[in-house]
Amino acid sequence: MTATELNKKKGASVSYRFISWLRSAGPILFLIFWSIIALFPIYIILVNAFKNRNAIFKYPFNFPNAETFSLIGFQTVNKRANFARYFTNSIVVTVAALAITLLIATMASFALSRYKFKGATILSLIFSIGIMIPIRLATVGILRLMVSWSLTNTLLSLIIVYIAQSLPMAIFILSSFMKQIPQELIDAARVDGASEYRIYWMILPLIRPALGAIGIFSMIPIWNDLWWPLILAPSAETATVTLGAQQFLGQYMTDWNAVLASLTMSIIPILIFYLLFSKQMIKSITSGAIKS
Amino acid sequence: MNATRKIRKPFPWHLVVFIAPALIIYVIVMVIPLLDSLTLSFFTEDPNNARNTIFVGIQNYKYLFTDKYYAPIFWGAFKNNIVFFLIHMLVQNPIGLLLASVLCKGGKIRNFFRTVLFIPTILSFVLVGFVWKLILSPVWGVSKTILNIFGLGGLFRPWLGLEETALITCSLISVWQYIGTPMILFYTALIAIPDELMEAAYVDGANAWQIFWRVKFPLILPTVGLVAMMTFVGNFNAFDLIYTMQGALAGPNLSTDIMGTLFYRTFFGQQQQMPNQTLGATIAAMQFIIILIGVVIYMIWQKRTTTYEY
Repeated sequence: MTATELNKKKGASVSYRFISWLRSAGPILFLIFWSIIALFPIYIILVNAFKNRNAIFKYPFNFPNAETFSLIGFQTVNKRANFARYFTNSIVVTVAALAITLLIATMASFALSRYKFKGATILSLIFSIGIMIPIRLATVGILRLMVSWSLTNTLLSLIIVYIAQSLPMAIFILSSFMKQIPQELIDAARVDGASEYRIYWMILPLIRPALGAIGIFSMIPIWNDLWWPLILAPSAETATVTLGAQQFLGQYMTDWNAVLASLTMSIIPILIFYLLFSKQMIKSITSGAIKS
Repeated sequence: MNATRKIRKPFPWHLVVFIAPALIIYVIVMVIPLLDSLTLSFFTEDPNNARNTIFVGIQNYKYLFTDKYYAPIFWGAFKNNIVFFLIHMLVQNPIGLLLASVLCKGGKIRNFFRTVLFIPTILSFVLVGFVWKLILSPVWGVSKTILNIFGLGGLFRPWLGLEETALITCSLISVWQYIGTPMILFYTALIAIPDELMEAAYVDGANAWQIFWRVKFPLILPTVGLVAMMTFVGNFNAFDLIYTMQGALAGPNLSTDIMGTLFYRTFFGQQQQMPNQTLGATIAAMQFIIILIGVVIYMIWQKRTTTYEY
């Protein structure tokens, strides 16, 4: 009792200083702590992918050095899986789906937000339902549709589904951008005799920031998706990176070098893409592009 | 609004040209398949002709809810899905809010952390699933070594392989990955609050804790609702992570089975189980109903909540 009371008196200033220190450093410490949690799993995969099997188990936390460095995992992956094929498929599907989505979403949102006509509200409503109801719930129907069109195991089936998946959000965001374009601009063009199509084409450059944001944000779920490739196009020829990695990892689970190498090969491209575009990405959300 | 054009006398073909492509793709690939899938839940496959279906009313639903073999599996997946959702609500969203409230003070260091903390969110569930499977693997022993540093090595268990812990472990891994989304949404809402409001509260003698709960939190309430709704929809639609980590059988002993994996197993069949399209459609219809209930509650709530414009 007396000891603690003594401590209390003596430690008053110390504990006060500790609290004020904690108040200023605490938040940063918390950020550091969570960053370690966020990055550690990625770190441990990347460093071990370049080591020999022995070192993976003996020194899992260390960087590879001259003695432990090995590329055997990557060699196995190259021999056993066609990652170049998977990457090509993913790129084809993502780029095609995004390009078409952006084109038809800008057209639709232009019409829905800049013209007054019967049914504009109900059309907007129909599209906005798609933002909240995930397209996966239509899987049974979509598979039947693709079977009836003989499109299973084609990249085209994936492209079509990803367009439908990205459209509602894209139209929603683009409409709010289209509304901000001054009417005088459009009126002036019309007075000059520009057709409605020309006016649409003219205002596209004005919403470029929104196009970039939607592009990036629609891309990540498409690139990372496992569901649709697994269900619509699971063949080896049409596998995307995510599905290819999933199948490879499932098969070679006991080959640690190969597993770590294939994980690294899948992580690196998306990581580079993110680090290149992270500024624009976060800026575009925080500037209100993705605001409800 | 009043600045937009009135309908012109000639038929507005340009409107058709602008809207038709998006509408056609959306209706054919999303709306009709969804309705088709919902309709199919009232049919069953004709045993004599696999291509035919017979109308059976609500028999599939009855089977799902009451069959003595199947109902426990369905209710088990439903219950697991609720646990999965609750863990996200109780762990992911509060930590996301906490991170956002630290980040929102701005500055170079915090912006750097903002970029770093979002990294797991850009990775696919497949990568995340395998990465954590390796880290938690008793064969590799990485997590045991880490626990040993803190003298907690004795606590290590093969968490993914035990019935009692597998679901919680999978949920926490999903939280680890997905946390960037609520973080960035809360962050956006927090930086939109004008400084004058906080200054006014500060002048009135409020401390940081009071400012957060009395000023900031009510202002970001619309985002709190949005994040809750997104978590709900995402969780009752989840599949990839469980499938990657525990397989379609959602082991051990179905302890990590959620609606998504149950649908996949039923629809495509697995080992001894024959594929059953119509029962699969019924499970998808249940997912649809659950998600719809969540969305409707959110929309009613949103209508009643005041949104502040600064």
